[in-house]
Amino acid sequence: MNHWLIAPLVLPALLAPFIMLATRYHMGIQRAFSVAGVSALVAIAAGLAWQASDGTIMLYQLGDWAAPFGIVLVGDRLSTMMVLLTAVLALFVLLYAIGSGWDERGRHFHALFQFQLMGIMGAFLTGDLFNLFVFFEVLLIASYGLMIHAGGNARLRAGVQYVLFNLIGSTLFLFALGSIYAETGTLNMADLAERVTLIGPEETVGIRVAAVLLLLVFAIKAAVAPLHFWLPSSYAEAPAPIAALFAVMTKVGAYAIIRVYTMIFPPGLEVTSGLHELWLLPAALVSLAIGMIGVLAAKRLDRLVAFSVIGSMGMVMVPISLFSPEGIAAALYYIVHSTFAGAALFLISDLVRTGRANLDLTPQPLVAGTAMTAALFFAGAIAMAGLPPLSGFIGKLLVLDAAIGTDMVVWIWVVVLSSSLISILGFARAGSILFWKAHGVKPPEGAPTMRRPATLSYGVVGGLISLLVVLTVFAGQIHGYTTIMAAQLFSPEPYISTVLDTPGKLSTPKEGY
Amino acid sequence: MELLVASAIGIMTAGGLYLVLRLRTFPVILGMSLLTYAVNVFLFTSGRLTVGAPPILRDDVSVYADPLPQALVLTAIVISFGMTAVVVMMSLGAYLGSDDDHVDDQPEGLRDKAEGKP
Repeated sequence: MNHWLIAPLVLPALLAPFIMLATRYHMGIQRAFSVAGVSALVAIAAGLAWQASDGTIMLYQLGDWAAPFGIVLVGDRLSTMMVLLTAVLALFVLLYAIGSGWDERGRHFHALFQFQLMGIMGAFLTGDLFNLFVFFEVLLIASYGLMIHAGGNARLRAGVQYVLFNLIGSTLFLFALGSIYAETGTLNMADLAERVTLIGPEETVGIRVAAVLLLLVFAIKAAVAPLHFWLPSSYAEAPAPIAALFAVMTKVGAYAIIRVYTMIFPPGLEVTSGLHELWLLPAALVSLAIGMIGVLAAKRLDRLVAFSVIGSMGMVMVPISLFSPEGIAAALYYIVHSTFAGAALFLISDLVRTGRANLDLTPQPLVAGTAMTAALFFAGAIAMAGLPPLSGFIGKLLVLDAAIGTDMVVWIWVVVLSSSLISILGFARAGSILFWKAHGVKPPEGAPTMRRPATLSYGVVGGLISLLVVLTVFAGQIHGYTTIMAAQLFSPEPYISTVLDTPGKLSTPKEGY
Repeated sequence: MELLVASAIGIMTAGGLYLVLRLRTFPVILGMSLLTYAVNVFLFTSGRLTVGAPPILRDDVSVYADPLPQALVLTAIVISFGMTAVVVMMSLGAYLGSDDDHVDDQPEGLRDKAEGKP
């Protein structure tokens, strides 16, 4: 048994209370521990991803109890890649928060940050649906604290909306889990995958309801229209580094949809037929359109970025809802791209904010560091809108390519291409107002000089952009890896047999059925 | 007993949903608590209803209560209890800060009017 698999959970779980209790009055020590912890997390995640890259399924049985009686963590190609993505993003975001001083504007930033990471890592690694709920709660509880970090009325109001919406989502999740348990008598994902196929065609009412409820819950997390209303206010009002970290939280919803609907309710299953093509695909197209129209319509830069996140989630969900290996491979490439691009844009909006009175899209006097910020915004906008030469273009090509041969190909091509055009217009409008029209505005007499953003902030955003460049240059290799990842998802037998047939210390599998 | 439990869940869910759709924070929070009560009872019944049966399987026991939903309910209760406390504190803070306890975004014109701006 590989004990490293639980390290991404244990490390932040131990570090967070330590930071909170032992170093609460020393910002320098907090920062050192936090950065060291996240760096170690990146190393661990890279090691796990390397181990899983040859197709091994890693299994960790907590307390050495065999599944389905005990709780298991499972690491395959998909989950280890998501863990690595989260860890890398967290390192950049943390450095930005330190460089820009966001972590000093409220209390317990670093502790909450570690708890947040613990929740996200757990959600990616768990092999049990109820534990997925628990880790969703862990990441949400930490995110409630981070969301209202540094306070302020507007932020608090947006925070209340965010908490209420997610509480309703959690309640729905519990309803879904209750009906799944009532129908099948298990919540272990691998065990569920076996038992759902045993349900007779005339007794599918309960399991259908459960499958739809579960899809609703994950769609709330992934901000798929019409369940996206919580996102614009809360992401726009959240502190910028936190919003950048939240860029991976919507991907938790996408991950959960991929995991549950390739393994437990696969596309060929009679019980849930029609769920993806009839409901998920149109919803994804609508949220792609809404997001990109929102980019054009937004009156503030932070709202613009939030809407572009909704649009990019739509772009992720379109190929996912095709549920073909090509679609999932394209979606996974786009998930990596849009996480970094969305995070970079949120951080850039904070760079703009540092030199301006507010983020309204109105011409305001030039500020220190405009040239550098404008260049970064240009690169980030190109990536998000999907123009060549950055990885958004390749991701979009893969999505369009995966759509060929499906019934909805015309709709997908029309919506993807026209929404790209609209988002290009939106970003161009925002950029020209923010950076070009500023040249024509005279600063008022006696206006206080704005300070320049810290060098570390620029370095972090530049690092995120250069990750996008790496993603573009090595697109062939990365897409090749997401393709074998998708292949692993569509043949879940090794996953299921690893989870169910590994004996534990205190119980042998299949005993007592 | 099935009818009683089922209707209790149904009525609590309906009441909770109605309250959640209100516009002020207090009814919404009440509605959230009702919904979480409903889901807790629902989880409890997902292991089937049994009366007076032990929750542990032994050799001489033929009828037993499913212990797993009870563990799930405990987790769910703890989480929902804590979250209700968090949301009460946050909405109190938002209310005291902005003197307005609507949960929705007010249209900008209306909000300016309420704050006495032109």
